Amino acid sequence: MMKDVTYRIRLYDPNRDAVPHWETYTIPYAAGMTVLDGLWKIKELHAPGLAWRSSCRMGVCGSCGMLINGKPGLACNTQVSELKATTVAVAPLPNFDIIRDLVPDLAPMFGKHQALLPYVIREDVEERENPSAEFWQSAHELEQYLQFSYCIKCGCCMAACPTFATDALYSGPMPLAQAHRYNTDTRDVGFAVRKEVLAGNAGPWRCHYAGECSRVCPKGVDPAKAIQLMKRELVLDLLHLRKQGCPAPVAKMPTEIKRRDGVPDAPARTV
Amino acid sequence: MMKDQKLWTWHLAAGAVIALFLGLHMLTMHVDGLIPIRALNVASDQRAIDWVNVVARGKSTFFALTYVVLLGAALFHGLYGLRNILFELNPSAGLKKVVGAVLLLAGLGLFAFGTWAAVAGHMLARTF
Repeated sequence: MMKDVTYRIRLYDPNRDAVPHWETYTIPYAAGMTVLDGLWKIKELHAPGLAWRSSCRMGVCGSCGMLINGKPGLACNTQVSELKATTVAVAPLPNFDIIRDLVPDLAPMFGKHQALLPYVIREDVEERENPSAEFWQSAHELEQYLQFSYCIKCGCCMAACPTFATDALYSGPMPLAQAHRYNTDTRDVGFAVRKEVLAGNAGPWRCHYAGECSRVCPKGVDPAKAIQLMKRELVLDLLHLRKQGCPAPVAKMPTEIKRRDGVPDAPARTV
Repeated sequence: MMKDQKLWTWHLAAGAVIALFLGLHMLTMHVDGLIPIRALNVASDQRAIDWVNVVARGKSTFFALTYVVLLGAALFHGLYGLRNILFELNPSAGLKKVVGAVLLLAGLGLFAFGTWAAVAGHMLARTF
């Protein structure tokens, strides 16, 4: 078991540095130590000005996406021991501008995400805004988009995508996978509106299925699959063969059910 | 706005056409001995590249049409693929337009030349 671990960190302060540079730090190793734990230790012992984003420490918030030993991943979700290397090289996510040190500028990614309307669009706006009940959806219909809804928008897939690296117009795997997630949701009827973006330059057409986005996703989402399925949907749409079912209806209230004696009423709805 | 959706769908369709007509080419020229289809080579006792079969195919309006369709599909499929590769070099918007225009003109020019050759060959073969 190693005693110390060496970190190589790419630093960049736009107010001070012309170009990014690498610094090396050695810190004591502890069993179960994550890359994020190491960064905190370096900040405590060596570099108080070191900057990165992190929040939940449990692979949920998607803040701490970084390039770790050449592969995009979450710092909180990557243990030093699993890297099987004596040195941990940490750099900000590629394909994004750097704000400082390990902090990438994710605003362009979220702009592309927003442009694809990543939310349920329905014509019955009143029911959507003030729901009287749930929208009915079968388990099979849920399965069609469930894995894509696990995306935490960490940007690792965008950093790994060779097409996004060179094509500024391309939306990238995260926004496209999320557009597909909503296009596939039976509660949604927004395909025609999203198509305004998807059918043009920003759509899935530049993807040539390198598959790196799916390989690096820390949540096991498969954006490459979403993009291929989206291409199929768009081709079928052009040929007028795409099936657009009726949007999921409001679930009927159960009938002929009697409340057992002594069971209290549900609390009042808060949203 | 829908340009890429259309172009990519045509790209897929052209790929299917190429697979179909290249299959026909293989049947006619390379595996005729294994799968003899009399309609493809009139003189089945002779090779596909022998004079009688070449002239027979040249006289056929069906074959002349397949040459033109295959040429169009191959040109579109190949040039659209080339366009995508060139666009990955991240040219400026103006250069993209130039690339698109050059490839379109090259495609139309080659298609016109190839169509003329196929029709001229067909007319020539009919004189024999």
